[in-house]
Amino acid sequence: MEKIMHKPMATSGLPAIGLSRRLLSWEFFLLLMTAVVFGLNSLASPYFLDPWNLSDATFNFVEKAVVALPLAMLIICREIDLSVASIIALASAAMGFTAQAGAGTELIVLAGLVTGLLCGLVNGLLVTRFEIPSIVVTIGTMSLFRGITYILLGDTVLKNYPESFAYLGQGYVYWVFSFEFVLFGVLALLFYGLLHRTNFGRRTYAIGNNPTAAFYSGINVARHRLILFVLVGLISGLASVLLTSRLGSTRPTIALGWELSIITMVVLGGVSIMGGAGTILGVVIAVFLMGLVTFGLGLLNVPGIVMSIIIGAMLIGVIATPVLLIKFKGRKSAP
Amino acid sequence: MKTMLQNREILLAVLILVMILLVGVITPDFLLPSNLLAVYNDTSILIILALGQMLVILTRCIDLSVAANLALTGMVVAMLNSAYPALPVPLLMGVGALLGLLLGVVNGALVWKLGIPAIVVTLGTMSIYRGLVFLLSDGAWVNAHEMSASFVSIPRSTVLGLPVLAWVSVLVIVIMVHFTRQRRLGREIYAAGNNPTAAFYTGIQVGRLQFVAFSISGLLAGLCGYLWVSRYAVAYVDVAAGFELQVIAACVIGGVSIMGGIGTVQGCVLGALFLGVINNALPVLGVSPFWQMAISGAVIVIAVIANSRAERKVGRIILKKAALHAG
Amino acid sequence: MSDSNPMFSLRGVSKSFPGVKALDQVQLDLYPGQVTALIGENGAGKSTLVKTMTGIYQPEAGELRFRGEAVSLDTPEAARQLGITAIHQETVLFDELSVTENIFAGHYLTKGRFKQLDWAGMDARARQILQDIEAPIDPQTRLKYLSIGQRHMVAIARALSFDAQVVILDEPTAALSHHEIEELYAIVRRLKEAGCAIMFISHKFDEIFAIADRYTVFRDGCYVGDGRIDETDEAGLVTLMVGRTVEQVYPKASAKIGDTVLQVKQLSHPTEFDDISFELRQGEILGFYGLVGAGRTELMQALFGVSRGVQGTVEIGQERVDIRSPADAIKAGIVYVPEERQAQGTVQEMSIFQNISLPQLSQINRSGWLNEEAEYALADTYASRLQVKAPNWREKVGNLSGGNQQKVVIGKWLATQPRVIILDEPTKGIDIGSKAAVHAFMSELVQEGLAVIMVSSELPEVMGMADRIIIMHEGQAVSEVARHEFSAERIVSAASGG
Repeated sequence: MEKIMHKPMATSGLPAIGLSRRLLSWEFFLLLMTAVVFGLNSLASPYFLDPWNLSDATFNFVEKAVVALPLAMLIICREIDLSVASIIALASAAMGFTAQAGAGTELIVLAGLVTGLLCGLVNGLLVTRFEIPSIVVTIGTMSLFRGITYILLGDTVLKNYPESFAYLGQGYVYWVFSFEFVLFGVLALLFYGLLHRTNFGRRTYAIGNNPTAAFYSGINVARHRLILFVLVGLISGLASVLLTSRLGSTRPTIALGWELSIITMVVLGGVSIMGGAGTILGVVIAVFLMGLVTFGLGLLNVPGIVMSIIIGAMLIGVIATPVLLIKFKGRKSAP
Repeated sequence: MKTMLQNREILLAVLILVMILLVGVITPDFLLPSNLLAVYNDTSILIILALGQMLVILTRCIDLSVAANLALTGMVVAMLNSAYPALPVPLLMGVGALLGLLLGVVNGALVWKLGIPAIVVTLGTMSIYRGLVFLLSDGAWVNAHEMSASFVSIPRSTVLGLPVLAWVSVLVIVIMVHFTRQRRLGREIYAAGNNPTAAFYTGIQVGRLQFVAFSISGLLAGLCGYLWVSRYAVAYVDVAAGFELQVIAACVIGGVSIMGGIGTVQGCVLGALFLGVINNALPVLGVSPFWQMAISGAVIVIAVIANSRAERKVGRIILKKAALHAG
Repeated sequence: MSDSNPMFSLRGVSKSFPGVKALDQVQLDLYPGQVTALIGENGAGKSTLVKTMTGIYQPEAGELRFRGEAVSLDTPEAARQLGITAIHQETVLFDELSVTENIFAGHYLTKGRFKQLDWAGMDARARQILQDIEAPIDPQTRLKYLSIGQRHMVAIARALSFDAQVVILDEPTAALSHHEIEELYAIVRRLKEAGCAIMFISHKFDEIFAIADRYTVFRDGCYVGDGRIDETDEAGLVTLMVGRTVEQVYPKASAKIGDTVLQVKQLSHPTEFDDISFELRQGEILGFYGLVGAGRTELMQALFGVSRGVQGTVEIGQERVDIRSPADAIKAGIVYVPEERQAQGTVQEMSIFQNISLPQLSQINRSGWLNEEAEYALADTYASRLQVKAPNWREKVGNLSGGNQQKVVIGKWLATQPRVIILDEPTKGIDIGSKAAVHAFMSELVQEGLAVIMVSSELPEVMGMADRIIIMHEGQAVSEVARHEFSAERIVSAASGG
């Protein structure tokens, strides 16, 4: 109250944000965690610090991380897409059949991207036209897209990919930097720009914070959300290109259960599942944190399913910690 | 107007009957009472889980961990049975239900006491519970020959013409009808989901009811843990993987609103039966089982579109001519 | 009537919210068998007090005494068990549940050893209560099919279903017709005879003098005085409420009335309003008066493109416009300052300058890339002009007081250079200083040639500011009065359907 009562200062210019506020941020906390895990890993295994080992490790999470970027924007906008992994599967099937028909790499990639985009369009139209909560819509399309993949593939495996296609998921741009990794870096920069430096990004936050007020301010909320769903679909298609190229084959179970780890990345990155808050930087750091944890556990020969326990616990723990801290400060106030 | 929801349920029932008859036209054996009974029996677990899930969804939450809960309790029960075959089966059922309850309590407590969104909590516990099955079993299977005879046979044995498995689901349905209509707690779950602010004003604690709903959902999932492993006579890490989607689908098809506060036991049961009939009809019709997933996905999408029409808010209704004249 | 010991009393009670001290060391006494009127302007802290007395809010300081004993009301349940019940200003009920269940939610009647719910008993009791208050409503109807007035009667029935000791009525008559108000008076008299302590909140002095035995006055969250109603008069109460004489409050300036800017013809909505036609001229303030739920807000939202299924035509400067969304309305030059400031007007987590630039991001940052300098400069122009009190325009809107938030919303719309500005209850819940500023600003706007529509439930405000008043009742425009014909009796009677 006191603070607000001051007379307006001479405020013709844009005041800067203080350094202390930046240091106290979630991103800083994540960075610290990442450094700790990095340190622990290098202590735990002598092989960890080898550049090629580190580079190999990125393959395990970059494809998921690519999808986490647009999904973060969608979740900031108070929507969610649980069907991303199924979109990856369907896009992979589309690419498999395109390849089987003898198409070249360009056409195969196009098939993957277009399939992803169309899936995103289906989700977006269902959510915005019928005003259905996206969680149910995408639970439905999650089965639908994966189910169509099963119908198309049955128990066959498609693997007639041309040699040049392999570069996308297996090639290196320079030294230890894989194509996938560099692509992720470029996309992270693009999404950073989109979310934090454009009108579109500002509207995303406004809708996520208060969709009604955003609508009353003349923003076309439905169209905005539709665009984000399409974007998530498109990038899922791209992730499918990378994954399919890396594996060199398409099975109906491809990317099964990935939606969980992708959403965990986003939430761990500080994006509020209730919308309105979160940054691309946070998501990027969270991606590396999760990658390092997974890699470290791999070095210790911990099986994959046990890692899912740790990832699940991280998801809950990371969100519970701030709540618990506030609780233990012991202030009881009414809602 | 008042009977809209009931009409919806009648519509669903008619749809199920039509489906059964259509399948019967192609393969008359499908219509045999014994087969219809088998279809019901096969859907029992889905019905039980869907009823638990309905309570959770009524309070504006969602429980994605039910299938993982089922797998974990099923594995515990199966391992207990193979290690100590002498333990009576009812005791094992009790252990399963209690363990399931405990897992549900964990979900509920995180949602209630820490205010973490249910979807985050249950996404997390879903992978934790599933991972625990692996830790416990070390990835090994518990096969039929490791289970005691009574462990496997009890749900199949017939009482008054109905297998025990089906009886259990009938019992759960009866209890849930009573709970949602005649118990204070049950009604408060509807109130809390329909308008949390108004519920708070009337002294109903929304968080506590979410806790109750998660606990019941967990308890029923634990009960199903035993039923599932004994029915299929095998327990392994991936038991019922992805089954939570079928469960949520059954609720949505049955008219349970994901926005909370709307849904009935009969609707939910019909939703589960709808899926059960499809699942059983596909092999009979010679449709590849690969179609099953896509069909249930499409059914969910169509059902939520149908629901969205029925649930649309009506506004303040200021004009006299537009208000319902009651009295 | 003897002044026995108070049944319920508060001493030194304080409650604050971020940016506002809603209650500051207030006191209040409620006596058995008496009606105490709680009087104060909007924003005086009355609704906060009601919520504190019913266990919804917990006070930070102070003491609550029930029958002489100190009590703490941690939950609404605790308040109810003492027999404290309230009819809130905004009915908080359950749309999807039946009328019976709305009445009994939280205190269901049970029967038998296993405490089964006694639906037959509850239905019968609900029917009885509804009959007592002469509300012809079937208890088995689902609430969402009832009109707003009927819902209010259900809320009253709910309050009566308890064994009440203390009954709080928070502006119960705002949405009720003449007949229903008479019914309510009868109920209040019966409760008095039964020995209940009643607190009655109203803006209408005739009601207060008709029904109250005592009064307590709040101003800006503080207690300013109390006494017996027969020892005071309206002027005395107003002086206590406002702290100054009334004439100063409305700075009505004469503006030049120009051409017709907005012409509305036969606008109708399936359930909310019917056949509304009016025109608005440049430099004019057109008031819309009516009871709560008369359809004024719904009409304004339709003009702003929020509602669907609206029929009729809207013309801006002779040209027919098709408004299907707020974006269309803004383009046509119509902007709307909503009544629900927090829910509809502002993005609370965003800064002042981001809120102001939101409707015209595409105009400011044509390339699509943010230009925060330009946004800030735009915000600076309007926030300075409206004298928003904040350290700088980077401050989160959620940290501002209600009055300053309202200024941000108005600034946001002025920045779009509109032709018609609709203000829906523009001074509801804001402090007196900001209120005067908003009124002064309205005068300034019309002098600059803008056309203003003002929806208000405060009669002095509409009469003080408007050039013309359209009165709405149950979704219809029932009367229109020009400034030289203004009379409080005439307006109120039209608004109540008389």
